[in-house]
Amino acid sequence: MRFKSCSKFVPLFLLIGVALTAQMAPELKIASQATVKVKRGAPATVTLKVSLPAGFHANSNTPTEPNLIPLTLKWTGGPLQEGVITYPKPLMETYQFTAGKPISVVAGAFDVVTKFKVPAAAATGPSAQTGTLRYQACNDRMCFPPKTVPVNVTVSVE
Amino acid sequence: MNFSPHSVQPGRFFILLAVIAGVAVTLGSIGWPDKPSANVGSPVKDGKVRKQAPDFELKDVNGKVVRLSDYKGKVVLLDFWATWCGPCGIEIPWFTEFQRKYKDRGFTVLGVSMDDGGWKDVKPFVAEQKINYQIVLGDDKTSDQYGDVEALPTTFVIDREGRIASVHVGLADKKEFDDAIQKLL
Repeated sequence: MRFKSCSKFVPLFLLIGVALTAQMAPELKIASQATVKVKRGAPATVTLKVSLPAGFHANSNTPTEPNLIPLTLKWTGGPLQEGVITYPKPLMETYQFTAGKPISVVAGAFDVVTKFKVPAAAATGPSAQTGTLRYQACNDRMCFPPKTVPVNVTVSVE
Repeated sequence: MNFSPHSVQPGRFFILLAVIAGVAVTLGSIGWPDKPSANVGSPVKDGKVRKQAPDFELKDVNGKVVRLSDYKGKVVLLDFWATWCGPCGIEIPWFTEFQRKYKDRGFTVLGVSMDDGGWKDVKPFVAEQKINYQIVLGDDKTSDQYGDVEALPTTFVIDREGRIASVHVGLADKKEFDDAIQKLL
């Protein structure tokens, strides 16, 4: 049997995959990035490339209901002075559980951008800017406990 | 035996796939052994195959210890939920209605909150939702006892002998719960 014939079964394999993973907690991924080169005394921008698996969403940074846990980036250490964090533009989506009322979410691939200032007295050379990204994800029928993932960006101060 | 698609005849390969699909769909719908079901609602199991619901000790808002075994002799709807869980918020008014409707017939709802924030998050929510049944704060141990409850809501309908009669993972159907309760009362 050739793979061309096997391709007929791809939807079946996908169905099996969906059946087996439907209740597994989704993992938010932050793409690894190249060293961010910055200059002392100058502004700097760090863009986190974030993604959630298909079929899942997380609350945006500005959820529509007070009980919902927002997407939150916190910088906890490193040579850079934190400025403004810009979260992705929320999607207003309705789900089986929202009874027709849209809620503010993020899904798929999105960026979280932080503006920094590099202190004039920052030590030159490589170092790490660290933080955490907290999110709480759901699909159309169920929700998963909030998770906090570490963020680690290599910064080279020149 | 080689399962390579190149070495298996088309007919056999299809049968193999059908078997794999059958197993996957079955596991997806009835759940792995000792794990909560993945589907909207499992049917009420025959009494002979029901497993004993693990007992636990959890605290209510006043710090009083509540055990599942305290409810032996009653049909219990055991709901794992959280304030941040949208689908849980849809089911809670159903459970409040069931509590009102069936409490005099030997039925109760027991809500296990999985909120990390504890009572400071749960207490206002309970008041706002006018929840009329017992709420306790859950913990990892209890979650593990019930098959590592991670997806919320996850709801177990427990018979008068303390055995799990049906499991519902995710937003379920109100009528399925109602039917299960009535069948067990």
